[in-house]
Amino acid sequence: MSFEFKPKVPQKELNYQELRIYTDEELQNPSDEELKSFKVKYDIPMLEQLESGPWPSFVADLKVEALRRRKLADDRMMISRDVVEDLLGQVELSFEHGETHWKHGGIVGVQGYGGGVIGRYSDVPDKFPGVAHFHTVRLNQPASKFYKTDFLRALADLWEFRGSGIFNLHGSTGDIVLLGTFTEQLEPIFQECAHHLSQDIGGSGSNLRTPSCCVGKARCEFALYDTQEMCYDMTMHYQDELHRPMFPYKFKFKFDGCPNGCVASIARSDLSFIGTWRDNIRIDQDAVRGYVQGDIVPNAGAHRGREWGKFDIRKEVVDRCPSGCMKYEDGVLTIDDADCVRCMHCINTMPRALRPGVDTGVTILCGAKAPILEGAQMATMIVPFMKAEPPYDNIKEVIDKAQEFWMEEGKNRERIGELIQRVGLPKFLEAVGLPPAPQHVWKPRENPYIFWKAEDVPGGFARDISDYRKRHAR
Amino acid sequence: MGLSTTKFGVYNPDNPQENRITDIGPRYYWDFFPPIIQRNYGKWLYHEVLEPGVLVHVSETGEKVYTVRAGGMRIMSAAFVREICDIADRHCDGYVRFTTRNNIEFLVDSPEKVEALKKELESRKFFSGANKFPVGGTGAGITNIVHTQGYIHCHTPATDASSMVKAVMDELYNYFGSMTLPAKLRVSMACCLNMCGAVHCSDIALLGYHRKPPIIDHEWLAKMCEIPTVIASCPKAAISPGATPDGKKTVKIKDERCMFCGNCYTMCAALPLSDKEGDGVVVLAGGKLSNRISAPKFSKVVVPFLPNNFPRFPEVCETVKRIVEVYATHANKYERLGDWAERIGWEKFFELTGLPFTDHLLDDHRLAYDTYRTSTLFKYTDAAWAVSKAAGGVD
Ligand code: HEM
Ligand code: HEM
Ligand code: SF4
Ligand code: SF4
Ligand code: SF4
Ligand code: SF4
Repeated sequence: MSFEFKPKVPQKELNYQELRIYTDEELQNPSDEELKSFKVKYDIPMLEQLESGPWPSFVADLKVEALRRRKLADDRMMISRDVVEDLLGQVELSFEHGETHWKHGGIVGVQGYGGGVIGRYSDVPDKFPGVAHFHTVRLNQPASKFYKTDFLRALADLWEFRGSGIFNLHGSTGDIVLLGTFTEQLEPIFQECAHHLSQDIGGSGSNLRTPSCCVGKARCEFALYDTQEMCYDMTMHYQDELHRPMFPYKFKFKFDGCPNGCVASIARSDLSFIGTWRDNIRIDQDAVRGYVQGDIVPNAGAHRGREWGKFDIRKEVVDRCPSGCMKYEDGVLTIDDADCVRCMHCINTMPRALRPGVDTGVTILCGAKAPILEGAQMATMIVPFMKAEPPYDNIKEVIDKAQEFWMEEGKNRERIGELIQRVGLPKFLEAVGLPPAPQHVWKPRENPYIFWKAEDVPGGFARDISDYRKRHAR
Repeated sequence: MGLSTTKFGVYNPDNPQENRITDIGPRYYWDFFPPIIQRNYGKWLYHEVLEPGVLVHVSETGEKVYTVRAGGMRIMSAAFVREICDIADRHCDGYVRFTTRNNIEFLVDSPEKVEALKKELESRKFFSGANKFPVGGTGAGITNIVHTQGYIHCHTPATDASSMVKAVMDELYNYFGSMTLPAKLRVSMACCLNMCGAVHCSDIALLGYHRKPPIIDHEWLAKMCEIPTVIASCPKAAISPGATPDGKKTVKIKDERCMFCGNCYTMCAALPLSDKEGDGVVVLAGGKLSNRISAPKFSKVVVPFLPNNFPRFPEVCETVKRIVEVYATHANKYERLGDWAERIGWEKFFELTGLPFTDHLLDDHRLAYDTYRTSTLFKYTDAAWAVSKAAGGVD
């Protein structure tokens, strides 16, 4: 493989020491003693109950940030000093009321983009002026969310200076979420990110959302294609769709390297790309013996915490194969690969003995979504196997056709999965130019209400009633 | 050149187009990979979970990379981000990564470095005593709860997210740091039906839910919203045109049709539906999304309503814990919660967990028929005898 890893746009070298805003003195966090005696501006007895207990406490953390802001000089932050304390105050009030205090809607954004910023205003701004505006900026995360600390530190400085200093790492869609700033800082944040960090904002609204992928080949032996490269390539190729709403509603791509599905693409993306293979599972019989004899710990050690007894290859692997295509006889494991459905169980259980095949690609599924409006949908299998190599032209063709169909036929706020439900899978397959196959369904239809078209039937639909009447009296 | 420290930085409000950079996408991933990851990209042979929270991946080049996984709050401050960076600089040459489920992963190249790293992670505590970087979240246990925004940032929640997750993770803490379950168990949380976190395929899902139809702000509705759009937004056709006594255009809502989805509110701010007593939590169970052994499946509603008891949600915590414990004692090795419930039958699930089965658990939405039992194949539990008794079939 001679693929050369390089970005499609030039990347700024990052050096935090050059980029930094705050001095070491300014970055000193308050001491535990100071924090213990620190009272935020408002009484927050309910939130304070969440400071204890073993799991990390966002309340304790937000207090650190609140006290940090108290200590910074006025010109060392561009939005209210009180933003964090006001957020805590407002959340406490929401606990009291059992109702949120964020206003509905509010259209803000950066010029030329239709997404990436979520407008948010408090409905009690007089009480909590620091969060009168509390807009979120979504930044497009690097694939698989690996970071250099220079980048994260620079971002922390930037966001403490121009925003609340509060992040979501990460949003559910995958983005780096900068949580809470005032309107006038949106353009500066966007341009600072672009100029200094080579970092664009992500998607929101009726456009392509920030694509995301699993850890893949970076650190997983199961990855069957380059999830990162494909995610990045698609993100760059569809920049316009990502930033300028042109769709009926949101559209998500997600990339899973194998059927284990670590980014949940099958449940939450309009197009789900799942790595797969079409040749045979590779078997190392020595390692199989290693597992059977107890020299290698099964399931990669995932069951270490409990005594489950001696590993039993029949019970734990062969009998659990959903397609019943494995045999273990005379110390030899065989697989009838033609019957394998590539569920990954045997491979997950004995990763040192079994490896997926080497002729790999993706399975494409379409139409997953959360319940709003028509109920939750899982993605439907569309393309059983497809090679996935840069520049992915074959895959882009499928994507373009699917989106074209959706943009033409979809109603406002109708996800592509709902459209397929409304018009039926046959229409979708036709639009994408794919022949139907038994793989598209669990079972053939049970009702016989088949929509024949005029061209399907000899002579078409048009008939002459007088001709009919020649044979049948009225 | 450093980040700007002036009010507008590189942005010039008088000439917004000046020097404008757009459509450059994310930072390129390759530059953020640690060298050991670059060297072994696509060459991994196998991995092993050495202990809860510690993985080793072995490459065909012979190199090994050790990962220490720490659970995290996904909402975190700049101060906390810097602390992550301090650890990554000290132990991992300045590289770190985050997982889909908001865990923080530190990668090193030797077992000695793992020990030092673990010591450092476990020693870091908040002033209140809470851990900052609990190590765990691997294998047959419970990893971090993915969740949404709740009262921290959203306008539609029926409950809060960060607080519920903190409360539930405190309860599940031992399962995070151990691998004693039959298989992995994913808990997810979303604060309204929009399910930004896509919780509908989790082993256990917690979902904020409204139980009262929208309040109509008649005075403002026509000014704030387009009435045809509002009417069209309702999936149950519960909304129709109306008028106030003084002749203002507004809408009517047929309460008995409303399923409290909030879609009308999303389209029109004059139709709020959150309410202190009305709002609460639905618990779903038995979903999954890997293709391992069985196909991905949706979670099923097992508790139709629990109250919003801020900030620690005792009823939610108790229910989650109960489901986990019953699953842990009854399921077979490798069996996900939903696969176990299907094997024993959902009627047994309710018997074993002791969760009450109410009319709210019978589907009456679209395609409900698919969930009705059209067979004599079932198991007897007390619930069956109660029906037979009601029918006069037994004494
Ligand atoms: C105006 C209304 C909405 C707002 C303000 C909103 C806000 C958000 C936010 C803030 C996120 C990121 C959440 C996070 O990462 O914590 C998000 C993600 C998401 N939203 Fe919404 N949302 C809205 C409507 C909807 C609707 C109607 C749906 C259902 C179709 C929906 C489904 C989702 C999903 C599935 C995700 C992320 C799932 C993922 O890719 O992980 N949202 N939304
Ligand atoms: C039956 C369901 C699942 C199976 C069998 C499964 C299997 C795996 C396996 C084999 C790994 C790699 C082993 C390791 O490095 O620990 C892994 C890692 C992971 N899984 Fe899953 N997974 C499942 C569901 C999920 C779900 C629902 C999510 C999140 C939405 C998820 C998120 C992750 C993450 C974040 C990792 C770590 C990946 C990384 O190294 O970054 N997994 N999973
Ligand atoms: S989806 Fe498959 S390839 Fe990707 S990280 Fe998960 S197990 Fe590995
Ligand atoms: S991958 Fe799944 S279906 Fe294929 S042989 Fe293994 S256990 Fe059977
Ligand atoms: S799940 Fe609902 S309430 Fe929660 S963040 Fe998403 S849209 Fe908001
Ligand atoms: S909440 Fe949903 S079902 Fe109820 S009126 Fe609004 S849109 Fe219709």
